[in-house]
Amino acid sequence: MSLYNIQRDHARFKNIIKGKIKQDLKKYISNGDMIVKKGKDTVSIPMPQIDIPRFKFGSNEGGVGQGDGDVGDEVGSDGQPQEGDGQGEAGNQPGDHALEVDLTLQELAEILAEELELPKIEAKGKEILEKQKDRYTGIAHQGPNSLRNFRRSFREALKRQIATGTYDSENPVIVPIRKDMRYRSWKTTEEFDANAVIIYMMDVSGSMGDEQKEIVRTESFWIDTWLRSQYKGIETRYIIHDTIAKEVDEKTFYSTRESGGTLISSAYKLCQKMIETEYPPDQWNIYPFHFSDGDNWSGEDTKVCFDLLENYLFPRINMFCYGQVESRYGSGQFLKDLQEQFKDGNEKLALSKIENKEGIMKSIKEFLGKGK
Amino acid sequence: MNSTGLPPELQALQAKVKSAAEEFGLECFDVIFEMLDYDQVNQIAAGGGFPKRYPHWRFGMQYDQLSKGYEWGMQKIYEMVINTDPCYAYLLNSNPYIDQKLVMAHVYGHCDFFKNNIWFSKTNRKMIDQMANHASRVKRYMDKHGEDVVESFIDVCLSVEDLIDPYMPFRMEQKEKKPEEEKTDTIKFQAPRNYLDTFMNPKEVIEKEKTAIKEQKKQEKQAFPAQPERDILLFHIEHAPLEDWQADVLSMIREESYYFVPQRMTKIMNEGWASYWHSKILTERVLHSSEFIDFADRHAGVMVTQPGGMNPYKLGIELFRHIEDRWNKGKFGKDYDTCDDMVQKKNWDKKLGLGRNKIFDVRRSHNDVTFIDEFFTEEFCEEQKLYTYDLNPRTKKYEIKSKDWKEVKERMLNMLTNGGQPLIRVQNANFKNRGELLLKHEHHGQDLDVRYCQATLTNLEKLWKRPVHIETESEGAIKTYSVVNGEFSEMK
Repeated sequence: MSLYNIQRDHARFKNIIKGKIKQDLKKYISNGDMIVKKGKDTVSIPMPQIDIPRFKFGSNEGGVGQGDGDVGDEVGSDGQPQEGDGQGEAGNQPGDHALEVDLTLQELAEILAEELELPKIEAKGKEILEKQKDRYTGIAHQGPNSLRNFRRSFREALKRQIATGTYDSENPVIVPIRKDMRYRSWKTTEEFDANAVIIYMMDVSGSMGDEQKEIVRTESFWIDTWLRSQYKGIETRYIIHDTIAKEVDEKTFYSTRESGGTLISSAYKLCQKMIETEYPPDQWNIYPFHFSDGDNWSGEDTKVCFDLLENYLFPRINMFCYGQVESRYGSGQFLKDLQEQFKDGNEKLALSKIENKEGIMKSIKEFLGKGK
Repeated sequence: MNSTGLPPELQALQAKVKSAAEEFGLECFDVIFEMLDYDQVNQIAAGGGFPKRYPHWRFGMQYDQLSKGYEWGMQKIYEMVINTDPCYAYLLNSNPYIDQKLVMAHVYGHCDFFKNNIWFSKTNRKMIDQMANHASRVKRYMDKHGEDVVESFIDVCLSVEDLIDPYMPFRMEQKEKKPEEEKTDTIKFQAPRNYLDTFMNPKEVIEKEKTAIKEQKKQEKQAFPAQPERDILLFHIEHAPLEDWQADVLSMIREESYYFVPQRMTKIMNEGWASYWHSKILTERVLHSSEFIDFADRHAGVMVTQPGGMNPYKLGIELFRHIEDRWNKGKFGKDYDTCDDMVQKKNWDKKLGLGRNKIFDVRRSHNDVTFIDEFFTEEFCEEQKLYTYDLNPRTKKYEIKSKDWKEVKERMLNMLTNGGQPLIRVQNANFKNRGELLLKHEHHGQDLDVRYCQATLTNLEKLWKRPVHIETESEGAIKTYSVVNGEFSEMK
């Protein structure tokens, strides 16, 4: 029995969904918690059921139920008739089911790229990073006995015997001779193993509230998604700082709340140390991101930062991104200082001001739009 | 005919189940079982049980949901059977033997129902072929006019696929009759004496009435359609300015819609009947004594009713058993109905033994609405602990409103009438004398969902290609919603 070709319909459905996600991308980007990460490479996105509209009744006013209970008792938790086992279609009130859509990070990144028109990143140091790898993919006429391919060898022998008329179907004995022997062989391929590391730095001084952190969290999710789609192996490191900086894990990064002042240079120094000890710039694509509300302690410290950026970081990294998140205390000077310092523009520096959740999309474009 | 794809032990089982079914008097088409893995089952279920359907994303969506449901362990499809001759049914290859037994017996129940219930008598029993024909026709149109064009036209058609007349197949013959001869319009009173005629029929009154009748006739001629029309799809096929391929696609969708109507009309009966027989066949003929506990477990799974829910399997089987019991004991007729003594009524037993015959009669001639209307009794309601529930606006929770059997019955009938869908007719196809389409929703207490109404009207306008309107009631007031060039508005 030939089966109906569902693949085509399934693909169409997925396309429609992707179209919808693209349409509503801004909404999804602004609400980070709508997208749930599932496993390593997939995300799940809630979406209103795509319905074919029909004339139907409005309010869900109630129904008929079965079971114990007296007048006035509460029914179920939502009163929605539930389906039992079997092919039941109990209940005639349509509920507002949400559709859970699964996408791979790769697919999500593609949608993001198409919508924001992000250029593909040109990884640096392709030539340097190549690795040689042997893969057994071919077949050869000579080789060591340990790589004999029995199936192929006997097939060749059978071919030869049939061709020469020595094959006897009554007594199908096949004896390969030396000419029939086949061996597995390898090909050496060169692999470009572009490694990348993202170093997230965040100001956790008293002025960065929960809302600001939420913005940072959402934005870094999308940055992660995009960079992951561009590099094979990617590492992420997290640094928080107030007047001193320290490295933390992801969870702490988003949940810590310190009070006190801000010395941005502390974070940059730690970042420098990290690069020096662990990420030799000739082998790694390095992406430092720094989020802050822009209130630095002193002009002196800002100068130290500039010095670090210009003389140490810029020559070694792919792109330095600074995002200034507006807090309820207003936003600080640091962005302006940076803009003035690098007036002529520096191709390794991306600056962005994120006023609120709606600003995230624009900011992602500013950061990643350069294709570095 | 045999289910050749089955392993020998299941073939033997099928023979056993079949002979038991025949012994009990079930009358089935030949049944062909196909053994499928879960992915194939999901594919076929997505296509409504048919192996070939026209290309449309909606089947992909259903497949997506079914696959996820299965993979996450939330649901699986036990059985599927389609109304064709021979009858095709599907078995899931990962099901344990006891489940296959239950499914087979259940399928024979359905099959008997398909063959004998009057509402299925007009369905196309070669629908597998017909669906495949539709598929290739739609594909041909897609090749010619483009996939997107055809698929979005199908979207539009599906939006109105429910707007058909379920009784139409039974009226076909009547419809083709010639219209009755026009009655001669005698508006005169018959005068008992000739001389009274001028008194009883004054000249000016007669003249006035004559012109009134003329006027009315003229209006009737103008009214189009002459009678409000329920088969809105047919109306569009005949009268909307569609291209040939569009009319063909619409007619295919209409045909498929009619095919599925009886299934919607008899959900409770059909599942009840099949459950009644799987239980009977298994417990009395096919089960080994070691399998009873497993069977009871599976059966209870099928019958389970969530709080606030209604399970057609459960309701159906119980009502059939209730009827069987009543006719066995003679609990019907005038004597029984007029008896006031509850104790006497409860112990009523005339030992008639007519139950089995009665339920066979019932399965032949009823649908869910008449089934409930005729056999839903006070005793049954009490026994089954049925109630109605409503949203309590104060607590925002659903609460049991009433356990009175009349209320429960009324609510049920309301939910079942027209498949729980609004009743809508074409009222006037030359509305405002501008070729606009006026629909009328026959309001029975429940308002339309305005958002859906808007989207559906918008689709309908794409078919009719002129503005469309619907007259309905909302919060007690008559309202007319319109879509004019894609813009939704409420007509003042």
